[in-house]
Amino acid sequence: MQLDQLYQEIILDHYKHPHGRGLRDAEDPADRVAEAHHVNPTCGDEITVRVTTDGKVFTDISYDGMGCSISQASASVLHELLRGRAADDAAVVHEAFVELMSGRGQVTPDEDVLGDGVAFAGVARYPARVKCALLSWMAFKDAAARAGVGVSPEVKA
Amino acid sequence: MTSLTIPAGMPQYDDVPRFDVARVRADFPILDREVNGHPLVYLDSANTSHKPRQVLDVLHEHYALHNANVSRSVHTLGTEATEAFEGARAKVAAFVNAPSVDEVVFTKNSTEAINIVAYAFSNASLRADAPAPAAPSRETDDRFRLGPGDEIVISEMEHHSNLVPWQLLAERTGATLRWFPLTEQGRLDESGLAELVTERTKIVSLVHVSNILGTVNATSRITQRVREVGALLLLDCSQSVPHMPIDVVDLDADFIVFTGHKMCGPTGIGVLWGRGELLAAMPPVYGGGSMIETVTMARTTFAAPPARFEAGTPPIAEAVALGAAVDYLTGVGMRAIQWHEKELTAYALDALATVPGLRVFGPTVPVGRGGTISFALGDIHPHDVGQVLDSLGVQVRVGHHCAKPVCSRFGVPAMTRASFYLYTTTEEIDALVVGLEQARKVFD
Repeated sequence: MQLDQLYQEIILDHYKHPHGRGLRDAEDPADRVAEAHHVNPTCGDEITVRVTTDGKVFTDISYDGMGCSISQASASVLHELLRGRAADDAAVVHEAFVELMSGRGQVTPDEDVLGDGVAFAGVARYPARVKCALLSWMAFKDAAARAGVGVSPEVKA
Repeated sequence: MTSLTIPAGMPQYDDVPRFDVARVRADFPILDREVNGHPLVYLDSANTSHKPRQVLDVLHEHYALHNANVSRSVHTLGTEATEAFEGARAKVAAFVNAPSVDEVVFTKNSTEAINIVAYAFSNASLRADAPAPAAPSRETDDRFRLGPGDEIVISEMEHHSNLVPWQLLAERTGATLRWFPLTEQGRLDESGLAELVTERTKIVSLVHVSNILGTVNATSRITQRVREVGALLLLDCSQSVPHMPIDVVDLDADFIVFTGHKMCGPTGIGVLWGRGELLAAMPPVYGGGSMIETVTMARTTFAAPPARFEAGTPPIAEAVALGAAVDYLTGVGMRAIQWHEKELTAYALDALATVPGLRVFGPTVPVGRGGTISFALGDIHPHDVGQVLDSLGVQVRVGHHCAKPVCSRFGVPAMTRASFYLYTTTEEIDALVVGLEQARKVFD
């Protein structure tokens, strides 16, 4: 087992210097805001993801939580990748990330779609850690659905 | 340690029974394997223990030579299986000094054993007007009846298995759940004992040795109070029976529970021990074969304990192998195992104290604690600590250890836990410390 496959520099960097951390209110009072709180029952990790949207674009994605480097770095990458994106666009990225994480290490990620998210390719080889990487992404999916802009077919409002 | 002079007439260190750890390790086939290119360093015995060849052989032999159902066949194989199964019950009874073999109920695990007691309360409380068929008197009955105004007492230190069943029982019956808090040192706070355990208390259910903090709870004051108020006492001995001599008469509890897989036995077998007259007064929980006296289409009368609580085909091979595990542990000597782990714990607490930024949760002295040590390594999440350790072959448990309230009490979402057993060596603790240094390098 190669530890550096799992703990890529990009992941450690997002973990040590998280982007967009902390829950924020909407700048535009007309925006819709919704959030979701997810826990990983096996380890007790928790995250709250809040989305702000004008109905088309995710004007902000903020989050707060406690957890391991994988779960916290993944939330930071989520913020980087999806904030400011249109819902349809975000859905494509979301789907690609979930596919990568569910691929048991057999999926080759597309950096044009996933950006820093490609660093999580190694995590997919560790079944015990896939849940960590997906925690914020699943919370985001629920929050987006609550805000009325679903990001994947099964939760599209 | 032996350089200290202990006054004559006091127990001397040299008098402590010991065993050869290398010889014990040779009995455990799994200890020969490698993990991620490193020798296996197994520090997760509080989670589950490994099994010696002596137990594995018995498991195999049972299926290969004596396999049959128990308690219902006149044929030779059935008789052999029944004798082996009941023989295992006798071994387990002797292991905890149970006054009677019939006080040992085989269950799936500790969780099921606790749930059987909780549901017996529930069943006795369902219809106040219905006589519990197996209960000889109304007076006996009342000990298991719960309703609004009655109280159940547990502690903040419980494994979820000794917490959730009582929450559910309180919800079903309207009784109130109360608990002992913890001190900052990770010990039971008994200062409110008299207010907590009162005439309203029906049962006190406590962990004997904490699966997360390692604390060994001194139960005598609580037992005394439980007796004063006429309540019942259940001790969750999942983490004590495998590691120290346990004598149910000496403990003076009403019920104890423990599980086979943490004491060198297989999974799928556990034990509920209860005082004979209490088990006899308890209504059944599972209905089915083997637990009956006679059955008509309209109603059933029930077998005496332990059969009353063992509906259906039991885990026969597992019980027989648990008997072999008890033989194995007795052969090594429980007093010797306890002392071995005490020395390991002292060594580990000293070794962990050399790791910068490491904080031990629970007692930091090897007194009144067992060989289970949970800790935080700076701000590094336990998942990450465990992952780095695993890459070096060191197997520890990370997470909330099925004791979330304990994590909350100490303000952390999770902990890293190293736990020892009879086959653990000081070299393995050294490997843990080296691994922790590695984790600090990756994340600091």
